[in-house]
Amino acid sequence: MSTPDAGPRFRAGDRVRVRFADAPGHIRTPWYIRGHAGVIERLCGTYGNPEELAFNRPGTPRQPLYRVRFKQSQVWPDYRGPATDTVDIEIFQHWLEPGDAA
Amino acid sequence: MRGHHDMGGLPAGPVEPTEHDYAHWEKRVDALQVLLSAPQRRLLRVDELRRNIESLRPDVYDAMTYYERWIAAITKVLIERGVLTSDELGRKMEDVKAREAKP
Amino acid sequence: MTAPNEPRTHDHAHEHDHGHDRGTHPPARPDTDDSLTYYKTMEIAVRELLIEKGIITADEVRGAIEAMDARSPAQGARIVAHAWTDPAYKARLLADPNAAVRELGIEPGAYKLVVLENTATIHNLVVCTLCSCYPRYVLGLPPDWYKSRAYRSRAVREPRTVLREFGTEISDSVEVRVHDSTADMRYLVLPERPAGTEGMSEAKLAELVTRDSMIGVARARAPG
Repeated sequence: MSTPDAGPRFRAGDRVRVRFADAPGHIRTPWYIRGHAGVIERLCGTYGNPEELAFNRPGTPRQPLYRVRFKQSQVWPDYRGPATDTVDIEIFQHWLEPGDAA
Repeated sequence: MRGHHDMGGLPAGPVEPTEHDYAHWEKRVDALQVLLSAPQRRLLRVDELRRNIESLRPDVYDAMTYYERWIAAITKVLIERGVLTSDELGRKMEDVKAREAKP
Repeated sequence: MTAPNEPRTHDHAHEHDHGHDRGTHPPARPDTDDSLTYYKTMEIAVRELLIEKGIITADEVRGAIEAMDARSPAQGARIVAHAWTDPAYKARLLADPNAAVRELGIEPGAYKLVVLENTATIHNLVVCTLCSCYPRYVLGLPPDWYKSRAYRSRAVREPRTVLREFGTEISDSVEVRVHDSTADMRYLVLPERPAGTEGMSEAKLAELVTRDSMIGVARARAPG
């Protein structure tokens, strides 16, 4: 019996925070963004979990994948570009938690 | 801790706009990845390939070229999966070297 | 990598060169196919064993190489030029890139494409900090620099400086948006149509669309 997909918890516009965790194994959440706050730009779809696929396991439960937008001036302490510059990153739901209110 | 491959945001020198036309052997490595990952075979997942590249020692990762890392990782996956054995690979590699060394 | 005095041996196992059109590619370095390194030996051994076991065939290897050789930035340039000249197509391209790309006879591959439109207020730049994810079915194989430590480390942190190294200056009134291709999407930048191109044919417009403009490190070329 296959494990059902994890249902989406977030929608475009939601504030989220990327969990900080120093997890061993194959992780597709870049180190530089862990712990940072951003906004959901879109739900990309639901995909197999690469952390499991990397070990030739089915990658279930499949996880919603989001593009999350971050302000560069908040990600990098020494960012010298305009405050409007952003970085969009694809992040799996299990790395996201609800963010603080604006 | 941060993996050696997980380099976003780390300091580095200028981007050298180098490119090269891919060598035949590099294209063959690319072809192997495509063929082994294909739905009708599923003998390799790109995630397994990446995991094996990421687990290379940092000095080894840096010293290898892009497709050298790929063939090393493909080979590791094929051995892990039991598609090929270390024994037959070792023997075949010696055969290839002996064959290529003939004048 | 071979030592200077290592004997050069001819790689008899390589596929016969079909003489593909290399007009858009720089010539192969002369030493990369002539000497047998550990990893080249490994590639030959792996391929021969897989063929012996009937897992793949030599024809399939040849076919996969030919298919990848046929993919080049010219495909992306056609998509962009068509979007520039046909607003309804552009809308379809932005809404469902995989379907729109297929309309032009281009196979986008299994990954979901995302098309990023550059405008007067937003300049998009694509990088894969973790490895080298790239829309290879549309643009062909990525350039070395896209996979380099310097690009992967710095594009996300100081994009404007990296853009400047490519000769591209973006004013502070334009948002620079970096896209880190970490998972199942693949990104294609739709560069702005250059000024002074009114009335140009699609074929001529496509000549202005460089690979670098579809990654986002450059703008499309100016006409003339």
